Amino acid sequence: MALVTSSVITLHINGERYSLPVDHRTTLLDALRERLDLTGTKKGCDQGQCGACTVLVDGRRTVACLQLAIAAEGREITTVEGLADGDRLHPVQQAFLDLDGYQCGYCTPGQICSAIGVLAEHAAGWPSAASADVRPAAGPPPLTADEIRERMSGNLCRCGAYTSIVEAVARAAESGPASRTAVVPGPKEPAA
Amino acid sequence: MTTTEAPSGHPTTTNEAPLGPTMTTTAAPLAPVRAVGTGHVRVEGRDKVTGAARYAGEVPFAELAHGWLVLSTVALGRIRDIEADAVLALPGVLAVLDHRNAPPLKTDYVGLLGTVPDPTCAVFQSDRVPHRGWPVALVVAETSEQAREAAEALVVHYEQVPHDVEFTGDRHDTHPADGHMPAVTDKGDLEAELAASAVVVDATYTTPEEHHHPMEPHAATARWEGDRLEVVDSNQGSTWVVGELANLFSLDPASVRVRSEHVGGGFGSKGVRAHQVAAVMASGMVGRPVRVVLTRRQMFTLAGHRSPTVQRVRLGADADGRLRALDHRSLSRTSTVYEFVEPSAGVARVMYDADAHHTENRLVRLDVPSPTWMRAPGEAPGSFALEAALDELADKCGIDPIALRLRNEPEVGPVSGLPFAGRNLRACFEEGAHRFGWDRRDPRPGVRREGRWLLGTGTAAASFGAGAAPSTASITAEADGRFTVRIAAADIGTGARTALTLVAADALHVPPERVRVHLGDSAFGPAMIAGGSMGTRSWSWAVMAAADELRERLVPGAAIPAGGITVRSDTTAAIAALAQKERHSFGAQFAEVAVDPATGEVRVRRMLGVFAAGRIVNPLTARGQFTGGMIWGISMALHEEAARDATSGGPVGADLAGYHVATHADVPRVEAYWVEDDDPDDPVGIKGIGEIGIVGAAAAVANAVWHATGVRHRSLPIRPDRVLTGGRDA
Repeated sequence: MALVTSSVITLHINGERYSLPVDHRTTLLDALRERLDLTGTKKGCDQGQCGACTVLVDGRRTVACLQLAIAAEGREITTVEGLADGDRLHPVQQAFLDLDGYQCGYCTPGQICSAIGVLAEHAAGWPSAASADVRPAAGPPPLTADEIRERMSGNLCRCGAYTSIVEAVARAAESGPASRTAVVPGPKEPAA
Repeated sequence: MTTTEAPSGHPTTTNEAPLGPTMTTTAAPLAPVRAVGTGHVRVEGRDKVTGAARYAGEVPFAELAHGWLVLSTVALGRIRDIEADAVLALPGVLAVLDHRNAPPLKTDYVGLLGTVPDPTCAVFQSDRVPHRGWPVALVVAETSEQAREAAEALVVHYEQVPHDVEFTGDRHDTHPADGHMPAVTDKGDLEAELAASAVVVDATYTTPEEHHHPMEPHAATARWEGDRLEVVDSNQGSTWVVGELANLFSLDPASVRVRSEHVGGGFGSKGVRAHQVAAVMASGMVGRPVRVVLTRRQMFTLAGHRSPTVQRVRLGADADGRLRALDHRSLSRTSTVYEFVEPSAGVARVMYDADAHHTENRLVRLDVPSPTWMRAPGEAPGSFALEAALDELADKCGIDPIALRLRNEPEVGPVSGLPFAGRNLRACFEEGAHRFGWDRRDPRPGVRREGRWLLGTGTAAASFGAGAAPSTASITAEADGRFTVRIAAADIGTGARTALTLVAADALHVPPERVRVHLGDSAFGPAMIAGGSMGTRSWSWAVMAAADELRERLVPGAAIPAGGITVRSDTTAAIAALAQKERHSFGAQFAEVAVDPATGEVRVRRMLGVFAAGRIVNPLTARGQFTGGMIWGISMALHEEAARDATSGGPVGADLAGYHVATHADVPRVEAYWVEDDDPDDPVGIKGIGEIGIVGAAAAVANAVWHATGVRHRSLPIRPDRVLTGGRDA
């Protein structure tokens, strides 16, 4: 029996459907970057250690380098390319732009996707190691700089733009619910 | 382009703003505008936050093939055999490139920066393996998965011999080494002045092997079209890379084009490396574009690194703290194939004078990868040792650390005797002390407690050279009233594209919305690299020179032809005419730390730096440059340390989980400010700010740890185990 080493899969990305053959070894990250030309998601370490490839999968932040593409079938995937509404930037993107929350820009898509996930997790009442009261009844802790730092620590920035990234996440949070959701339009017909 | 005062969403990032009334002629003499000095968001910022900015490994090529490097698994020996046939039979594999079929390279040349090529980059030229992680082959395949699997399956047989990677301060096989400065400077009778000193500090400091790790791994795609070579690359200078590739492959530089539009950080590591050279070879072999990207693990041996150092500092002073003797000797390490010195003892040549003054950089050759420039080479580890020793001297003399430094401010260059083109260190310390609240500091160590934490504060001085190198630029006055600047500069995250837009706008007397800057393309003519804190200064000089000439050429009211009017500048002569002076940036660093003596944990609570660094072009991005450097200092003080296994000769934990760099939770409030630093005699007035932020930062943290605990930590990083053992194993 011949080994089956590739399959045709359908990925739901930024509201589009993409059908493509993938090598079973292909990570979601490589499928985005090398098959679908969605290069906004960055490869920093390919080992789940730097956060540069962070995307939102069903609204939760996920490092795309540790997920096989074939295992992402049927999930709603949002990448940095799917955040802006036409010319209008997502509140997190706008805050990064205005407050210079980056330097070289390579960790930035991951930081932005992660920040959206952080703000959603925080609003949902998830505690962090920086939270003073972690009982479920306590509700969301105050979104202090330390809370943001703790929750964003899976995203490395070697340029050291941390101070302005934290300011940007705090600024974006002022936009309320829009800051913690990725606008995902309804499914469309297959795009590829 | 928008300002921080009005950060509205702008439809594009390339200054495609509406121009208002059609401008087909040059306007009447325009009132001078001042874009420099006002905060502007990055012109490419929208592309970076939307993911539209393409980095080197992301530019599409038709018929692209993927190369994957194979690195040696032994530290010293020879390649006996490579079983290429087995992997050539694997699906998708197109070629295996190694020393048996690689084209010969020319390596006896001197490159743009006055250096000879590191043989690590001149890949596959012999069967010799001089360190673990040395490139021995490149596997080329249709997809990256196929290339990777084949590379990992490739069997290489070695003839292994015993290696030596042990770096210690008591090695005898060392030699004085010139790098970008002379190995030794010496004046006065050191031993006599030390003997005559009322107070003496004699201490040894160590810093570990450190790695750059820009977030974007090194990536290059090479394509041959006949005799023409095109490379899309991630580098710190396309002129530099063109020169190296043309030399290595014996090509006419005019037939080589290197583009590097967006670069995900460099910090000194992104020059010519093994992957570009391998990609160029492979592309010629398979007749298709070939992309080679380093893995994070490969970067530990192929991207260069900062050598560990052992530094002995001896200071002798009168009872009032005036230095009589200063002796700084540093030992660093290089590979057996390339001479690179980390010149840590150079710092005192600028910072402090003494009646007897000796500085010396020595080197030992070991079976390790070649080190290279890494953010503030020499100054970063050197300032740790020297500024920590100054802190020890202040304590011994019973003098405030700032007062001690100001008491030893030199009138002229301590070694050169040249006048300083501005030395505003005093202003930095005064402004910093005021902002930090230094006057409320109790100098006694180990007396402040807050719960489980011991608290302390520390300070240190900083300096970094403000050099310039020849560059060319062109500016075209377009028929539509805009101006297009072309320069082979590199924006590696410094904000160079935006800074040059502002510099050009002011020099042209137009608003920045009318200026477009194109960079990162060797076709634009020779220019300095983004390195040595010389990029923005050198490029601004060329842009200003071109703008000045263009303004003279434009006749008010006259129409501009459809093809525009273009002028070119070359700063070679202007830079050669610059008066010989000591030209540097200066800074004062302050840190507050909390130390838990039960766990050994050190937390930086706040950092503050004040810098005298010339005219600040874009305050918004400059702040990030300064604080980014200071955060490197936190990282250097507390986290970064590459471990090397003596038995295998290779790195241990060669990934970002094993090699810790500071992350969000490690970085508290970090503030950077600057003071006026005008030099009326300087034609540009801009100094680089990429490196000054890290200088002295680790010393400020270490000095604060002493103030918190009363224990001197002379070895970096200040790990919990070192705190728990009271620095005794240092």
